[in-house]
Amino acid sequence: MHSDRAPLSLKIAAAAGLLFMHVPILLIFAYAFTTEEKSFAWPPPGLTLKWFEVTWNRPDVWAALQLSLKVAAISTGMALVLGAFCAAAVSRSRFFGRETISLMVILPIALPGVVTGIALRSAFSIADVPFSTWTIVLGHATFCVVVVYNNAVARFRRTSGSLIEASMDLGANSFQTLRHVIMPNIATALLVGGMLAFALSFDEVIVTTFTAGQQQTLPIWMLEELVRPRERPVTNVVAMVVVLVTLLPILGAYYLTRGTDQVAGQGK
Amino acid sequence: MSMARTGSLPPREHGAGIGTWISDVLWRHPAVLIVLLLLPPALWLGIIYLGSLFALLVQSFFSIDHFTGLIRYEFTLDTYAQLFRPSNFDIILRTVTMAICVSLASAAISFPIAYFAARYARGAWRAVFYLGIMMPLWSSYLVKIYAWKLILAKEGILTWALQGLHLEWLLDAFLALPVIGGNSLSVSTTGTFIVFVYVWLPFMVLPIQAALERVPTSMLEASGDLGARPGQTFRHVLLPLALPGVIAGSIFTFSLTLGDYIIPQIIGTSRLFIGQAVYQHQGIAGNIPLAAAFAVVPILIMGVYLWIAKRMGAFDAL
Repeated sequence: MHSDRAPLSLKIAAAAGLLFMHVPILLIFAYAFTTEEKSFAWPPPGLTLKWFEVTWNRPDVWAALQLSLKVAAISTGMALVLGAFCAAAVSRSRFFGRETISLMVILPIALPGVVTGIALRSAFSIADVPFSTWTIVLGHATFCVVVVYNNAVARFRRTSGSLIEASMDLGANSFQTLRHVIMPNIATALLVGGMLAFALSFDEVIVTTFTAGQQQTLPIWMLEELVRPRERPVTNVVAMVVVLVTLLPILGAYYLTRGTDQVAGQGK
Repeated sequence: MSMARTGSLPPREHGAGIGTWISDVLWRHPAVLIVLLLLPPALWLGIIYLGSLFALLVQSFFSIDHFTGLIRYEFTLDTYAQLFRPSNFDIILRTVTMAICVSLASAAISFPIAYFAARYARGAWRAVFYLGIMMPLWSSYLVKIYAWKLILAKEGILTWALQGLHLEWLLDAFLALPVIGGNSLSVSTTGTFIVFVYVWLPFMVLPIQAALERVPTSMLEASGDLGARPGQTFRHVLLPLALPGVIAGSIFTFSLTLGDYIIPQIIGTSRLFIGQAVYQHQGIAGNIPLAAAFAVVPILIMGVYLWIAKRMGAFDAL
């Protein structure tokens, strides 16, 4: 049984690594309740719920949250359509330029965000496009496609093509086959891809700084607080809320892909 | 092929409707379906994304008139030559050095986590490790940076912990060091390094874990049976087999470090990294050509890196 027991040193190193990954995030929760306003003093001199009320009454936080949710929702919708189409085409047949298509989908996430950002920014200025919600969406949808694509492609690969042929043989047309055979098969993969795309867009800041102009998404609001801190307690509360909001889609994605060999979110 | 397909179609009644007609056309001509499916994503990515990238590349061959501040639309390599001025070349060297250090440190920290998760974690522990790696990966990037600002601040938790252990002198001695030291950890290069490692760590754990899961346990047992000490097994058996995973992970850590401009801006010194240079040249300075040339640097470095990685089989571990 010797080989089934991990050596103590490995256990300690793995545990220490996991702690290193989690303790900083947990600290955020403690700071949201601190009574200290001006500094990051630890330990917190006292605990209070006051800052939740203050944050709740801040119109700028609500406006930023609203814009973030709107952008994430539209970008996810677009990414779902583009990613699913692309995955369906790539997995259904081998055609010329198939590798190029895969590369093109992955490129926006493989290249540093600052490159994508400045490329879009300079393209907007060349084409004289004014900044709007849509310029942000344009950037977000571009790099969200890959998450949907990865999840959908993995599912299509495991879905047997003979199911589609059987459906057609039994007299269903393409639309009926799509609705009754293909969609039920790939629905959870699309749901997972969509949730991850939503989380990715909701949190994105690097590309957004280039495509937002004067608009504030929640990450941009936070970035400004980080660069020029004005109200630390409000930032603490917003940070905690953001952690909780992004956690939900991840737990949902985990729940839906449990027990399959595909690892959701691996292709961030 | 098409004969067989046509033959397999069930007989249709007359007036079966437009849906059936479309279905028949798509079934007889699968290429039409592929084209229809591919057209939206190809147009989107081809025009919006590749088009923008191409426009950026073109601009890097223009230059800026230093008297008027306007862009001169003539082909020139001057802007690229500016990259080799000491002040600019330092930025590139600093960023690449940081990317190398961050990748090595992430690999060292990730390996035990990935190895334990791949080989020993069973049942409930498997879920713990899976979520334990996924949650930091998907937690908000800015919140993670913010958390470290709280930790590294002079009055923050790290100083408090070291005071409790009576080790402040150690921190002070470390901060007195040139280059990596500074006034406090949150305004030092070490701080930048720690945050980079922290933020990109999950990107390294996942590919290493994927590579390690494919290593058969029997191979490690055979190595032990043949008399290798654990250290020797690690060096001669485990590490070579895990190397594609490490390289795949380093693609992420390397690329993300090269392009980041927010972490060094919030936690670190005033010395610039490539991402910050791009941001400043396009923003305040309005020097789009130089910003574009700076943006081409990480693309080129990543191109070379990916080529080497592909030769070492790293893509199988992705």
